[in-house]
Amino acid sequence: MSNFFPRWSNLLPLKLLVCLAVIGCAIVGGIWYYFTPKYTRVGYQPDQPIPFSHAIHVKQLGMDCRYCHSFVEVSGHSNIPNTQTCINCHGQGKVKWDSPRLAPVQESWKTGRPIQWIRIHRLPDYAYFNHAVHVNRGVSCYSCHGAINEMAVVYEAKPLSMSWCLECHRAPENFLRPPSEVFNMDWHPKSFDEQLKVGTKLKQEWNVNPPVTCGGCHR
Amino acid sequence: MDSATLSAEEQKLVRPPLVLNKRTMGWISSYVSTIVESKTPRWWFISIAITSSIALLTPLMLCYLVATGVGVWGNNSPVFWAWDITNFVFWIGIGHAGTLISAILFITRQKWRTSINRAAEAMTLFAVVCAGIYPMFHVGRIWKVYFLAPVPNSNGIWQNFRSPLLWDVFAVSTYFTVSVLFWYTGLIPDLATLRDRCTTKIKKFIYGIMALGWRGGNRQWRHYEMAYILLAGLSTPLVLSVHSVVSFDFATSVIPGWHATIFPPYFVAGAIFGGFAMVLTIMLPARAIYPQLHDMITPGHINKMAKVILLTGSIVGYAYLMELFIAWYGANPYERAAFWYRAFGPYWWAYACMMFCNVVSPQVFWFKWCRTNVYAVFIVCMFVNAGMWFERFVIIATTLARDFLPSSWGLFHPTIVDILTFIGTFGLFTTLFLLFVRFLPMICMFEVKAVLPEANPHYGEEHH
Repeated sequence: MSNFFPRWSNLLPLKLLVCLAVIGCAIVGGIWYYFTPKYTRVGYQPDQPIPFSHAIHVKQLGMDCRYCHSFVEVSGHSNIPNTQTCINCHGQGKVKWDSPRLAPVQESWKTGRPIQWIRIHRLPDYAYFNHAVHVNRGVSCYSCHGAINEMAVVYEAKPLSMSWCLECHRAPENFLRPPSEVFNMDWHPKSFDEQLKVGTKLKQEWNVNPPVTCGGCHR
Repeated sequence: MDSATLSAEEQKLVRPPLVLNKRTMGWISSYVSTIVESKTPRWWFISIAITSSIALLTPLMLCYLVATGVGVWGNNSPVFWAWDITNFVFWIGIGHAGTLISAILFITRQKWRTSINRAAEAMTLFAVVCAGIYPMFHVGRIWKVYFLAPVPNSNGIWQNFRSPLLWDVFAVSTYFTVSVLFWYTGLIPDLATLRDRCTTKIKKFIYGIMALGWRGGNRQWRHYEMAYILLAGLSTPLVLSVHSVVSFDFATSVIPGWHATIFPPYFVAGAIFGGFAMVLTIMLPARAIYPQLHDMITPGHINKMAKVILLTGSIVGYAYLMELFIAWYGANPYERAAFWYRAFGPYWWAYACMMFCNVVSPQVFWFKWCRTNVYAVFIVCMFVNAGMWFERFVIIATTLARDFLPSSWGLFHPTIVDILTFIGTFGLFTTLFLLFVRFLPMICMFEVKAVLPEANPHYGEEHH
């Protein structure tokens, strides 16, 4: 039998195998890292019509979350405050009424058209999420939105992926805090053991059984 | 041994030769290779033009399905599993004959398998390809089909290992992988024959790559024999396990009419039954087109396959009757009602078709004349093909059509998309088979040579 493959082809299968293995690993690793929400979503910080600073309002001035997001305890949807809420403090003759940075508030107040905030935290339509039921059972704003009180401009701090939801739904004791501290962004357990102690106790007392079946969220 | 020296009494005991007309080893190689090497015949172009056009229906319909939504199929409450699962079970069942011929008949040293195993295995693969389409699109969102595999994902979910539907994924993918390996391993020596015979450089290159450097040395043959018997051993349980697992999709549910312990053996027998019918359905035309194949696929081979069809068909018939008996004997009113509806409900015609095609029609194989007459065999095989499809339809659609709540009862109406998708898979199956016949040796040359009398080390000796 004549040799119809050149000599260099002896190592070709091995080389191809190595190349394929490297490419395969690169694709898997690349998708794993770059195509998951912790890369594509976390850190999303769009320019808002007004550079509203949670750091000033919450951290510096000590406002409660519920002053603006007033329905969070009673509604599935946590509301973005309407212009009236801003005007309570920033009205004519009050705080910074004339500031050019607040011009959109003035305009909205005069025309009656709401300020066009850009939404950051989006869940897919097929995922049902209820704010009230979470905050009333000891899930803090901090758990999902991060240290909002320190953000000059809000960004997405957590991936909001399904596995991230399930992290807590499967073991809520790792995250629950006393209901009195839900809106206290500075409350942090001293250690993980303490968190576990508090969380386990709350889970039992409040009978927290988060659903982990498909129908729990995809109704 | 020389049969001329035997007495008339002894003559009767001599087995008929597996290759007729005293063909030589050289003739076998050159004839089988010529099918691949000769100029593409006109009938092949005409046939593949027709079959590939039909095959195109399936991707077209599937594109329409994905673009529009699963509503274009007729599946609806209460018949949520309909033609898609019927066709899946139909095609996956057909594959089993190939694995039985290649693995079980190899291990049990049935020499008559040699001339039909290659084509039967190819048919297995093509049937599994057709079968795989249905459950993938049945999930509804084909782009989420990777959920079937236990891959770490950002949804943080994992497969339910208690579900037979997941076992199905593993059973079918294992089956396909092992079948491909087994088929390809068996092809290597013959691909090397083609490589050494072909004349153009490009063919030499392609067959050279496919032959994986086979030179036919003693050591290579030893490795080959070992690999082949190991793969045969690996495939043997698959003959029984794959369709058992498919039957678990039904048997582990609590639906009356599905929840039966007889399902796994009954499904396996049915699969082999339907598979042998399909092997004959495609081998008989191939044999008619290439008349010299008559010397290798002899009436004796057809006779044996017809006997397998008779046996498995009778097992299937027994299972049907046993189902009815248990429905009566079990005294469960719901089970009784389910079987009453099957036989006398709105789908009585499907049940009657199934009974006639699967139980009655193969009984003609009790007569040797029918087993050796190719036309009779072909007609019965066609009945069996249809009957096995009706069996799956009866099991799936008629059971679901009568739900627990009479208020939700309803019949299944296939849409044009259902019908064209199914017709298209026949086109795909025949297209793949035509490609196989054209480009690969359809008969396992070296194994057929090994069953010639000359291959016997004692051939030509005076004493025996």
